[in-house]
Amino acid sequence: MTEKPGWKRIPTGGLILTAGNAKEYKTGDWRTQRPVINRDLCSNCLTCWINCPDSSILVEDGKFKAFDLDHCKGCAICVTVCPKKAIHMEPER
Amino acid sequence: MPKILPLNGDDAAAFAMKQIDPDLVAAYPITPQTELMQSFSQFVADGEVQTELIVAESEHSALSACVGACAAGGRVMTATSSQGLAYMWEILYIAAGYRLPIVMNVINRTLSGPINIHCDHSDTMGARDSGWLQLYGENPQEAYDNTIQAVRIAEHKDLRLPVMCCMDGFITSHAVERVDLLDDNVVKDFVGEFVPTHPLLDIEHPVTYGPLDLYDYFFEHKMQEIDAMSRAERVVREVSNKYGKMAGRSYGLMEPYGMEDAETAIVVLSSTAGTTRATAKEMRQAGRKVGMIKVRCFRPFPKDELAGLLADVKAVAVLDRSDGLGAYGAPVFNEVRNALYDRDQGPEVVNYVYGLGGRDIGQPDIAGVYADLADIAATGKVKQRVRYLGVRE
Repeated sequence: MTEKPGWKRIPTGGLILTAGNAKEYKTGDWRTQRPVINRDLCSNCLTCWINCPDSSILVEDGKFKAFDLDHCKGCAICVTVCPKKAIHMEPER
Repeated sequence: MPKILPLNGDDAAAFAMKQIDPDLVAAYPITPQTELMQSFSQFVADGEVQTELIVAESEHSALSACVGACAAGGRVMTATSSQGLAYMWEILYIAAGYRLPIVMNVINRTLSGPINIHCDHSDTMGARDSGWLQLYGENPQEAYDNTIQAVRIAEHKDLRLPVMCCMDGFITSHAVERVDLLDDNVVKDFVGEFVPTHPLLDIEHPVTYGPLDLYDYFFEHKMQEIDAMSRAERVVREVSNKYGKMAGRSYGLMEPYGMEDAETAIVVLSSTAGTTRATAKEMRQAGRKVGMIKVRCFRPFPKDELAGLLADVKAVAVLDRSDGLGAYGAPVFNEVRNALYDRDQGPEVVNYVYGLGGRDIGQPDIAGVYADLADIAATGKVKQRVRYLGVRE
């Protein structure tokens, strides 16, 4: 872990003085289970992308590309909403 | 033209708020603060202020609205008492933690139960470690003067912390006295424009208030607050001096009387300081070397100045209008005795808890305390360190 700044070098009151930096906060390590996709079953309907509360379904050219595991918290909503049952959860080690 | 009006403490503080004309006031009525907000509401209704008044559904909501409005960039004030302050509890720490310079009059009233609407300091003493500064006023004049000074103290660039102006419920809040009022323009000039540091409404510079702050940064942010509080004594002194020059009424962190040659002394806050001073005056006229110190600024606690004043005294009684149940003595006693501990030698310090739930305290009670102190000074023996004054056996 890199050395974090001391109290004299950070904004007061816990304020964050810049915008659009929530993605820098990696919530992926909260996860106890990870989503795994079966590409053979996936129809690229992107229902998972619509429902993911953490914007962790990465899409390329209108098709499912990958899970963003830096931010996916492992809630399994994608598993529940997938009409093709193409996603299942596996325990994190 | 400056003028003099007969005002009670609530109306005096409301008059100060009118002259300050804050951007927003959010409050919920509670005895004995009600009259303050009633008076201020009248100023709003009559168009004498530009203030946005939010009548919230609770004190928790009232202070939350103040936090939001202050973070948005407004000058914000409120007022409460007792259970109302208790209901604000979690937001007290949030206001201080976000470094929001909110000013709040607290009309001291005990905390239930059993239920009681009268004065003691249990409410604000419980909030003494919340990160708010606390000024205790003796009479309506000080309620007025403290409210105006508190704005500049809270908003001082070296501080940015919220301030409570405390006065005794009913004793000060509802007793009419002569109050010298400043010109509207003089007050306006003194408080100046509020310059927010990171207003939420500045859309060119987006800012987040209140993000999750875990073990990797919380301690550092608390340290900044502690550091700011360490500058508070200087800021209070500076603003009080400026106010003294402007208004002709000087204030320090404390107000000593007769301490130049006192052998025994009483330390006390708020309205009982008047009773104590009157008693000390009579005793001094009779040749007794007694003194007293009114502590005006309890947070930050001016330990060095107080210890200096008490250094040559033989015995000191600290009068506390709240108890520290389960503690060794009440809050003010703890501070005073602690401040004297670093000295090689110092006076015996005893504690009298008095006036709980609005129990009257009179000059004979104070004279009795001075008599006990004379006995301690003569014998060097303390029979009982913590006593309860005026309670029936």
